[in-house]
Amino acid sequence: MNKHYDLAVIGGGNAALCAAITAAELGAKVIILETAPKPYRGGNSRHTRDIRCMHRGPLGPLEGDYSEDEYYEDLLKVTGGKTNEQLARLVIRSSESALPWMQKHGAHFQPPLSGTLSLTRTNAFFLGGGKSLVNAYYRTADKLGVDVLYRAHVKHLQLKGNLITRVDYVYEGQQYQIEPSSVVVASGGFEANLEWLEKVWGPAAENFLIRGTPYNRGVVLEDLLEQGVQSVGDPTQCHAVAIDGRAPKFDGGIVTRLDCVPFSIVVNKEAQRFYDEGEDIWPKRYAIWGRLVAQQPDQVAFAIIDSKSLKMFMPSAFPPTEANTLEELAEKTGLPSEKLIDTIATFNSACSSSEAFHPTELDGVTTTGLTPEKTNWARPINEPPFYCYSLRTGVTFTYLALKIDENAQCSTATGLVKNLWAAGETMAGSILSQGYLAGLGMMIGTVFGRIAGREAANYANG
Amino acid sequence: MQMDNLEEARRQAEICNACRYCEGYCAVFPALQLHRSFSEGTITQLANLCHNCRGCYYACQYTAPHEFNINIPQVMAEARQKSWESFAWPGGIARIFQKRGSLIALATIIGFAVIFYVIRALKPSGGEGFYAVISHATMTGIFLPAFLYPLFSMGISLRRYWRKVGGEEITWDHFRRALISAGKLKNLSGGHGDGCNFEEEDRFSNQRRYAHQAVLYGFLLCFAATCSGAVMYYFLNMPGPYPIFSIPKLLGIPGGLLILVGCSKLIQLKLKADPELGSARVWSGEMGFVGLLLFIALSGLLLFVLGGTAALPLLLDLHLGAVLAFFLLTPYTKMAHGFYRMAALIRDAQMKTES
Ligand SMILES: Cc1cc2nc3c(=O)[nH]c(=O)nc-3n(C[C@H](O)[C@H](O)[C@H](O)COP(=O)(O)OP(=O)(O)OC[C@H]3O[C@@H](n4cnc5c(N)ncnc54)[C@H](O)[C@@H]3O)c2cc1C
Ligand code: SF4
Ligand code: SF4
Repeated sequence: MNKHYDLAVIGGGNAALCAAITAAELGAKVIILETAPKPYRGGNSRHTRDIRCMHRGPLGPLEGDYSEDEYYEDLLKVTGGKTNEQLARLVIRSSESALPWMQKHGAHFQPPLSGTLSLTRTNAFFLGGGKSLVNAYYRTADKLGVDVLYRAHVKHLQLKGNLITRVDYVYEGQQYQIEPSSVVVASGGFEANLEWLEKVWGPAAENFLIRGTPYNRGVVLEDLLEQGVQSVGDPTQCHAVAIDGRAPKFDGGIVTRLDCVPFSIVVNKEAQRFYDEGEDIWPKRYAIWGRLVAQQPDQVAFAIIDSKSLKMFMPSAFPPTEANTLEELAEKTGLPSEKLIDTIATFNSACSSSEAFHPTELDGVTTTGLTPEKTNWARPINEPPFYCYSLRTGVTFTYLALKIDENAQCSTATGLVKNLWAAGETMAGSILSQGYLAGLGMMIGTVFGRIAGREAANYANG
Repeated sequence: MQMDNLEEARRQAEICNACRYCEGYCAVFPALQLHRSFSEGTITQLANLCHNCRGCYYACQYTAPHEFNINIPQVMAEARQKSWESFAWPGGIARIFQKRGSLIALATIIGFAVIFYVIRALKPSGGEGFYAVISHATMTGIFLPAFLYPLFSMGISLRRYWRKVGGEEITWDHFRRALISAGKLKNLSGGHGDGCNFEEEDRFSNQRRYAHQAVLYGFLLCFAATCSGAVMYYFLNMPGPYPIFSIPKLLGIPGGLLILVGCSKLIQLKLKADPELGSARVWSGEMGFVGLLLFIALSGLLLFVLGGTAALPLLLDLHLGAVLAFFLLTPYTKMAHGFYRMAALIRDAQMKTES
């Protein structure tokens, strides 16, 4: 590759594309190095469905308003207060102008009130989902003259003093180097790197499923950290949810989600309950179940419901195991039969009246004298056929990230790296250090992608 | 419907139902979401709502090489074709014609032969213009049954369709809503107005929608031109040929031009589109059908231009032969899709009012 590039963008997801488009519009010659082949371009962004936006008054597909403070409060709730307020508020404030920018660059949103979605105030839903968003951005980037190299696996960014001097990547088994003026890292987290997860989580990680792309292996992240680029975030933290145990190892995406837990009892492979399934409204408590399942033997669990609950949650991609008796269910799922029957009988007798049962709110229909209690939606499991979904831990993303300032610029202990910026999941750890707020991941990438692209182009333009 | 395709359609529909990202693209997804399990009738209805616009394919994170291997436009196209084959009356014919474009050409030639034969056998005793070649009575004698037969046959097919999808009594409101949707080809707009992904991967374009609309409205204009001619002949005692400023010509010429332009564009688009996202089995049959329609429009317009010349008898034979083939083949070619689409849209309006 002989061409000179002003900017090399590492990664090919939402953050990378926002950076590339912004820089190209400022006149920079840009190349995107994306490790995935074309059908898998777009990383985890292609699995997303919505983005969270503040707005004063109706905006695009969003209704009513959603203030900066309310947005920030929501963020504090999920992170338990652990966020960088300056950066978080920057994202929130910028989100209002981000949405029209997205539309201008090809994003289509679902019209409000269509279908099953009720989050029309806080979150804008991509028409066709994240992949159609990514496709639109690739078209826009192409029109702007951005070059894209698929299957270009970036291995190393050479840091010399306070400058990135070289980008090394492998393409079709060959080593290549380029020397762009600036570099934007937007290559996601390390959630698909099983060895790294194992270092953090121990052998349990072997049984984890990765909800998103297999290509986010944290190669560039690790490379930069080794060279002294500063980081934030807890390496032991990752966002994990309980998903369908039959999901593929990688890339199962949204359809492996299971919403049955609040209406079920969840047992481990010894047919024993281990947590209050009725703690809070799904999907608020969605995230904690990933960890809970990870702590069980073999990292599996089983959610069991009866016929009266089957249609109360979103349909699942894989049909549940069905049986007319509990014995049969035990046989089909491999759970110990006697213990299962006993657990269910104990649970059933701890249930009292379920007259107040209300599937969409905390109804207070609770068990009495049971450990652990089920504090809402506790109805006996007694109407055959019985159904069982297996659960496993599904990792969404990791929190360890590059530390950046409000210009998305990276630094080492001796100060800013002059020509290195980071956007998206690679730097989101400053804002999201634990927990997750639906639609914030994409907004962080959009806002910091645009900032990084702008700064990188300005630097290259001198 | 073949069992394996039905099973495959079910598998994919269940994944879509858990995902729902595509719900804004077309009528298929909101209709799909009304179900938890998918009977053959439901799949048939969904398949006939699908326009093969491919929006959902390019938006899908689960297309091959992903192991979920989702390809809704393809599985729906296959289910649609299979359903038409099973509803067609008399059975068996449809399968043959949908598969082979060459057979459509052959049928057209047979159409010519019949016309030639009839003309030779029944030489008109007088008449002007067309009627010097073939008498009005002969023309009606051939074309009235050729027109009524497909209506009769389609009637049976549509009844079968209606039973399969569990259709109910049709109200004016259902019909009106279906008509509006069909008239605008709303489901080809992509949900955002930028159109579909038929031509070139994920690029949105309204070209297919506009081309299709040209054919639809062109056809309706030509049809109206024929009807107005019949009215003038029988009730107003005004036999043809008609001058250029007459209702049949004013309707027929723009109609023919619209069909010509629309069909050429549709053929061009079809040549560009990825065959893997449709029913590859019937590709040539569909092509043959669009080609036939194009030929009818072209020969009709040439008749108008060259009507006064020595080419008239030959052109007339060709044109009438193609029209004859077109009518007779209607229940077994892509032409049938218009009828099924209307039925599907009416059923969709019913489902929406129910839920
Ligand atoms: C199933 C699922 C659903 C989600 N839903 C939502 C949602 O609805 N809303 C929301 O806001 N967030 C959602 N998220 C989180 C969201 O996906 C991320 O926050 C967001 O995609 C991050 O964007 P990004 O551009 O930083 O990374 P990504 O989109 O993951 O892109 C990273 C890119 O870097 C490439 N790459 C990695 N390593 C290299 C290398 N060494 N060389 C070259 N390229 C490399 C990858 O191939 C990939 O293209 C979801 C996540 C998952 C897994
Ligand atoms: S086609 Fe793909 S993206 Fe669209 S609803 Fe189905 S599974 Fe989801
Ligand atoms: S191909 Fe088009 S019309 Fe058919 S289901 Fe997909 S989006 Fe709908």
